[in-house]
Order: sequence, then C-alpha cells, then structure tokens
Amino acid sequence: MQPAFSVIFLTTLIGAAQGLFLALYGTELIGLGGLGPADSKGFLVNGSAVALVLSALGLVASFFHLGHPERAWRSAAMWRTSWLSREVIALPLFMLGVFTYAGSHALGRGNTQLVGAATTLACIALFVCTAMIYASVRFLQEWASPLTLINYLLLGCASGLMLATLLAGLTGLSALVQPYALATTALTLLAWVTRGASLHRNARLKPKSTLQSAIGIKHPRIVQKAQGFMGGSFNTREFFHGHSPELLLTVKWGFLLLVFPLPLLCMALGVIAASKEMLFIAFAMQYLGLLAERWFFFAQANHPQNLYYQNIS
Amino acid sequence: MTQLALVIDLNVCVGCHACVTSCKQWNTSGTAGSLVDINPYGAEPNGTFFNRVQTFEVGEFPNTQTVHFPKSCLHCEDPPCVPVCPTGASYKRAEDGIVLVDYDKCIGCKYCSWACPYGARELDEERKVMTKCTLCVDRVTDTALPASERKPACVLACPSNARLFGDIHDPESVVSRAIAERGGYQLMPEWGTSPSNHYLPRRKTEIRIHAEDLERVDNPLKIDGQLPEHAHRDPGREDFAT
Repeated sequence: MQPAFSVIFLTTLIGAAQGLFLALYGTELIGLGGLGPADSKGFLVNGSAVALVLSALGLVASFFHLGHPERAWRSAAMWRTSWLSREVIALPLFMLGVFTYAGSHALGRGNTQLVGAATTLACIALFVCTAMIYASVRFLQEWASPLTLINYLLLGCASGLMLATLLAGLTGLSALVQPYALATTALTLLAWVTRGASLHRNARLKPKSTLQSAIGIKHPRIVQKAQGFMGGSFNTREFFHGHSPELLLTVKWGFLLLVFPLPLLCMALGVIAASKEMLFIAFAMQYLGLLAERWFFFAQANHPQNLYYQNIS
Repeated sequence: MTQLALVIDLNVCVGCHACVTSCKQWNTSGTAGSLVDINPYGAEPNGTFFNRVQTFEVGEFPNTQTVHFPKSCLHCEDPPCVPVCPTGASYKRAEDGIVLVDYDKCIGCKYCSWACPYGARELDEERKVMTKCTLCVDRVTDTALPASERKPACVLACPSNARLFGDIHDPESVVSRAIAERGGYQLMPEWGTSPSNHYLPRRKTEIRIHAEDLERVDNPLKIDGQLPEHAHRDPGREDFAT
C-alpha cells in the first residue's frame, strides 16, 4: 500500500494522546508520587490539555486524507457496519471526555474519577476502532490479525507514558518521573515483543490469492504481459509504495531501534541525570520512530489487487 | 431477486479494447462522468477507467496461450466494499444488485478501494470521489431505448460477442445458461465475496475431417468408373447422422 501521511500522523498523534490520558487517569486513581491535591491538579489539567491538543492535531491531519473534507460530517452515519464510521464517533467523544476531565479538575469538581472512567471507555473504544479499521480488511493479510489491535494499544500507551514522563520532568514533579519511566519501559518492551511478533507473522504469510485464482486459470506458469494501459491509474498509485526493498528494510530496522531501545536509553539517562532535554529527545525520537513504524505498517501490506498490475506491457 | 451481471467469454475475447473505449466514452459523457484524464497527452498520462483488458500468457513456450482478460467491477453478491463505507455512499441496489457510489455522499476516503480485492474502484482525481463500473445503470434501465440496446456499452461494443449481460438469478437467462453449460467461474473465490460477474473458460477447439469432406462422394468421374473408388475405412458422416 502507498503510505498516507495524513493517516500516519492521525494514528500516532491520537495514540500518544490516548496513552497520555490513560497515564494521567491512572495517576489519579493510584495516587502516584504522593502529590498534594494542588500539585496533581495542575499536572492533570496541563497534561489533559496536551492530550487534547494532540488529538485535535490528529483530527486535523485526518481531514487531509479526505477528497471532500466538507462532507466529513456524513461519515458518522454507518456506525452499524463501518469501523471507520465508529472511529469518527469515538474520537470526538474521547476529546470531549478529556476536555470534561480537564475542566472538572480545573474547577475542582468532585466527579473527576467518574468522568475519567467514562473517558477511559471512550479511549479504549477509540483504540479498538482505529485498529479495527485496518484489522477488519481481510484482504490485507498483514493487517488482518489481533496483533494489529494489540500493537496500536501498546504503542499508543508507550508513547503516551513517554510523554507523561517528559511532562512530569518539565513541571518538576520528580516524584512522578521514576514511576512513569518504569511504566514506559514496561510498555515499550511489551510493545517491542508484540510488534516483533507481527513482523514475524507477516514475514511468513502465504498470500491467499494467486495469479491463478485472480484470473481463474489453473496453470502453474502464468505471466502478465499487459495490464491494459501504459500510464498510471488509481490502481497503480494507491496500492504500490514504489520504494526499493532496501529502503523498506532500512525503515524496519530504523523503527525497531528508534521506537524501542534508543528512546528507553535516552529516557534512562534523562531520569538519572534529571535532564529535561534528554527526556524530550527520548519522546521526540520515539515519536519519529512511530512515524516510521506506521509508514512501514502501510508499505508492508500487500493488496491482492496488485496481482492484476504486475506488468505494464 | 434480480442480479444483473456480465459473463465474459475468455474463449472468444480477442483483446481489442473496444469494451474499454466504449465504456470510457459512454460513462465520461453520462451520469457517471466525467472520468478525468490527468496529463493525457504528456509523458506520464493517468486516468480513470471502469473497465480494462489485460493480457496474460499461460504455459511455457511453445505450448502457450495468450489470454485476454477484461476486468471491471464484479458486482459481488456480498460486496465487501459496501459495509466499510462510513457515509453510506457505497451501496448495492436491492432491485437489480448493481453496486453503485452516490457521488454526492462520497467523502473520498478511499477505504472502500482497500476493501475490494479486485481493484475495481478508482478514485477520480478531479472530482475527488470514488468511481466504479455502474453496469451502465443509466442505459440498462432506460425504457426510452429499444430493448435490444438496454445493455451496458461494453456489451454492445464487443465485436466477438465475448460479453453477455443478464440476470444470473434467472435460471433461464442467457447468462445463467452460459454459466451452467460452459463452466462459468468466479474470480478469487477464496474471499467469499461471491462475484456476480462470471468468466467462461477457454475451450479446446477440435475439428474432425473425414475423407469424404475432402473428396466428392458423388464425383461423376467415379460414378463412371474412370477413377478407382476411394477406400472408406473410417465410418462416414452418415453413420453418425441422427
């Protein structure tokens, strides 16, 4: 598939926002760091604001994917059958939840835990919807796996926790930095295992469709001699990434390093040296790695329609 | 329930692309159009088409067959592109089973094209909406046209009559009979999409020539005894008659 940057930014930005919100709500529930209400209030409000900004940026990015963004409101209609439609509903619900959560904390309302619980539901629903958009397309066998859902969830949480660590470091809440860093390490390592598992699975996939089933002729040797046109078409633009296998391999090893071990190393250095800069580098590096990870997720998917477009003439 | 569909005879398709050009002409000027061409006369032309003819070579030289393979939307009975559409722009007509896109509702998210294993849908780069074969719905339902012309443009254009059009749910229709009698098959059956369009396989062409086909039995020279009678060792044509 041709990776679409609008969707790459959408999924990585809202993933980080969702992970950050879950980290904030978890902090409130467990009472991490033994903070006073005044300190935790400011941190939770600011953190929620960051999550809200990231989701809004993701929402804006998603509009660039549409041919007719002015009709985007229509896309909530088919929630009974379409995961994309469900995501369109879940994302604003999540944003509304985060906004209400931040507002409840800012205004000192007592219902923050209840609002947080409802927002958590919306957050999980959003993770499921986003991942199922890809996992539910059975023709793209690289995506059609429960690992897709697990990876979106774990990578989002890892990225959000990394951001929470950075925010705790920036606001000088050193009591929160260490527990966040530990949680980030755990989630990142877990995501490393599950993303590795999906790479392992995809490397061994046997395509369900063959040239034989595509044209219905049962002969072991079939060669396409002409695809019917010499110029391009939507079929050749949308479903081929057009990059060399070497570049794909580079991106794969790039994200395997940039998302997992290197940011953890930077974060550990940042925690030990109490360096905000290192924490920022760790988050930025991981986000960059996640962009590469999502790019590879798209590029690696091989659509069965490509069987019909093997040879120009 | 009616399910209109095409049945494409790979045995007689000669790969002339008349169906491609007539489809483009009809649909670019009709209700489904216009189908944009980007940079049509430049170095890298790019365009929107509902129908393509592709060519495959089957077998190894010298035992090869060149198969011309027309491909358009197959109007699946269980179309995977329809439920994924977030706006409901993509739909399957209940009355005749044609899968269509409502251009006024389409937001151009391309999700339906990902959910079609056949690559039947093409985003129109100018109008920014998803387009696809309409089975010439504006022709086949137009009662102002004579009944013989209420067929898709590609069917009318085919010079070798390789494209049949009709209701595959009616067992007496031309298409149902062709499918039943000549082993009509569906593309990529492994996905369970149940395409309505069927393809008729290649047939081995055999002719049997008898000696009497080459030589006049009632040759007057023979009757006059001036030429020896041909020794008919094989059973003659009359031996098979009725």
